[in-house]
Amino acid sequence: MSICITDLEPLRDYLYRFALFQLQHSSSAEDVVQETLLAALEKPDSFHGQSSLKTWLTGILKFKIIDTQRRIYRDPLLVAAVDGEDDNSDFDVLFNKTGHWGSDAPRRWEKPEASLEDKQFWATYSRCSQLMPRRTAMVFAMREELGLEIEQICQQLEITATNCSAMLYRARMSLRLCLEKNWFGNTP
Amino acid sequence: MMNCRQASILLSAQQDGPLTLSQRSRLRLHLLLCNKCRNFNRQLQFMRDAARAPAHWE
Repeated sequence: MSICITDLEPLRDYLYRFALFQLQHSSSAEDVVQETLLAALEKPDSFHGQSSLKTWLTGILKFKIIDTQRRIYRDPLLVAAVDGEDDNSDFDVLFNKTGHWGSDAPRRWEKPEASLEDKQFWATYSRCSQLMPRRTAMVFAMREELGLEIEQICQQLEITATNCSAMLYRARMSLRLCLEKNWFGNTP
Repeated sequence: MMNCRQASILLSAQQDGPLTLSQRSRLRLHLLLCNKCRNFNRQLQFMRDAARAPAHWE
């Protein structure tokens, strides 16, 4: 199967948006897209045409993103800055002395599926996901957006399963609270 | 009796792998009695659907 640059060009924008969403950093996103297109041109034989070109490229891109995340994750400056991201005690304020929900208890979200079609919802979602500490956001993206299993994340980032679960808990608590306050709280 | 804090941790963990039999039954009992944790659980499921929806980078 031969692939030429004109087949790839129309998909570039899509790949860039995908990468940007995961990495939250435009030049890193540009880099992984570049590497993905290069890999596709250099190894066209690995494309068998069973899946669409877009699916195949997205698959390569995911590996490049995970690779980049692993590098960023281990950046010593980042590690020093955010030490203690697996500590859940800052959510203790959400619970009262007996461990039951306090004033910010989860409410019922009306017709949440309809939000998935709403552009404004995605703007809020994106803002909320940026509130998480950097490494927490990364673990969350690997788990929820790239669909990796805990063991794979542990292996990639060299963290323990307990550490990973604690970060996912934080990410979910933080995203939930932000969406409830900034999106679902406003809908009648 | 399990409290909401413990229940929320197990509900999150359940998104990533199976709980033990005892954790599952204690959690089920808690959910029967606690609508806030039932809301929390539905929200977790919705957030997963949202994260996996292609709409946000399409």
